[in-house]
Amino acid sequence: MNANRRILSGVRTGFLYLLLFAFLTPFLLIIMNSFKTTQQFFESPLSLPATINFKNYASAFDNMDFMQGFMNSLIITGISVTIIIIFSAMTGYLFVRYKWKVNSIFFFLMLASMALPFQVLMIPMVMLYGNMGLLNTKLTLLFMYLGFGVPFGVFTFHGFIKGIPYELEESAFIEGSTTLRTFFSIVLPLLKPVFVTLLVLDVLWIWNDYLLPSLVLLSPDQKTLPLSTYTFFSSYSVDYAPLMAGLIMTIIPVLIIYLFLQKQIIKGITEGALK
Amino acid sequence: MNKKLSLKNAGTFLVFGGPSIFAFAAVVIIPFIVGLYLTFTNWDVRTGDSSLIGFTNYLEVFRDKVFLQQLWFTLKYVFFTVVIANVFAFFIALALTRGGRGEQWLRTGFFTPNLVGGIVLGYLWQTLFSQVLPYLGAKYGWELFQTSWLTNTGTAFWALIIATAWQLVGYLMIIYIAGFTGVPNDVLEAASIDGAGRTSVIRRIILPLTVPAIVICIFISLSRSFLTYDINLALTKGGPFNSTELATYHIVQKAFLSNQYGVGQAEAVVLFAVVAIIALTQSYLLKKLEVES
Repeated sequence: MNANRRILSGVRTGFLYLLLFAFLTPFLLIIMNSFKTTQQFFESPLSLPATINFKNYASAFDNMDFMQGFMNSLIITGISVTIIIIFSAMTGYLFVRYKWKVNSIFFFLMLASMALPFQVLMIPMVMLYGNMGLLNTKLTLLFMYLGFGVPFGVFTFHGFIKGIPYELEESAFIEGSTTLRTFFSIVLPLLKPVFVTLLVLDVLWIWNDYLLPSLVLLSPDQKTLPLSTYTFFSSYSVDYAPLMAGLIMTIIPVLIIYLFLQKQIIKGITEGALK
Repeated sequence: MNKKLSLKNAGTFLVFGGPSIFAFAAVVIIPFIVGLYLTFTNWDVRTGDSSLIGFTNYLEVFRDKVFLQQLWFTLKYVFFTVVIANVFAFFIALALTRGGRGEQWLRTGFFTPNLVGGIVLGYLWQTLFSQVLPYLGAKYGWELFQTSWLTNTGTAFWALIIATAWQLVGYLMIIYIAGFTGVPNDVLEAASIDGAGRTSVIRRIILPLTVPAIVICIFISLSRSFLTYDINLALTKGGPFNSTELATYHIVQKAFLSNQYGVGQAEAVVLFAVVAIIALTQSYLLKKLEVES
């Protein structure tokens, strides 16, 4: 009985690994072929590469201006995620601890806006910011990510801060601490679990975003990684070998983060969705 | 703490709420209002002329055969994507919550397509559909793959669905796993003592108890697939002959390439209304099936 059950569970696990293998075949094919020449890829896309050489990677690295795209993506993702988290934590705190009318109005507006698709805002946004001559700078893009990221951030922090007993802050106030200082030295350290959730969701969103940067960043030197990938593919469309190397290189940065943070990422998604 | 909002603590409001509320208002609230206004004008981007024209833009939307066709195309695409992604995610999640060995690795693996942005994902599948599958078709004589799927409207439709669902499955799987973990063990044990088979346990216990997870998953897959843009751009570019333009892709083209901002915005509002109605209806209907354990 026990042996039977063990065999059955072994078979099931084996089957699941096989399914996973099939599921990940698209990645495997692209990786395999990124080491061949385009000619070899056309002739036999399913065979293993005869030699591992990184020529395609070097060529993609230069031709898609990988470093520039990578640095732009890094700066934009890094700064936007940081400001989204800090400012939404502060606003979440304000909304929980101060029951002013204006606070509940804005909290309601933020909740309601989460159902609003970006597509309804994109045309007037480009129009308004274009008229003011504010397009084509990273600063505008950062500001927009803050505006779009804040509702979910505030909502998430709001739920968590509600559960923190007020007594902790009260004793600080009695000792004469200011609201700002109390927030940073007492409340903020307690918010770590929520940071991780937001960090994960916002990094995945902003790092991979294409539509918003494509509308805001117009000059080549501003391009983020998804934009460079797009330009690279549009201009190299028949030379597949370097293109595949380019795809793999674009995936690698997130893959590295994922390998380190996979537990938190999965936890972050779960908490983000169930909120 | 119920201090009144006064000049003295207006400072607190500005410091704590200022940056977020300012950005939120400038990026969401004002564009939303301007956007609604825009749908009632004939704003011209080159001359800057604009005057109120009432509901003309909306009439234009419903008279535009191409947009209506694309909206219908989008609806079909959303329907199949949502069904396929959810069914696969549900069963993979089910298989990965039995406490077997290596589950953590398997979950990690099935999630990986979500690390990849839509543009990269689209090009990845474009390479497969336009090069690898036709190669197989030629080599083994499989008629299905003889020509690239992306050159024919019907098959390009399925190519889009496969690429989108492939990414969504891992994300939804994680939420389903969370839902299944919430099913109390004693209920499952009681069922197995009573001699319930695996299928009836799924149908009579797991399904009704995971309705909240199902509602969330359908909602997420609905809104994500309705707004698909970059996979569409990278995979088919709307081709062949604009036959695979999803609604969002069409709106971007209309507004930013043909400079019809008013009509484009009216289309965006219509799309938003369609998404909202479908999403609210599905969660209302499913919520009725919810039970307490």
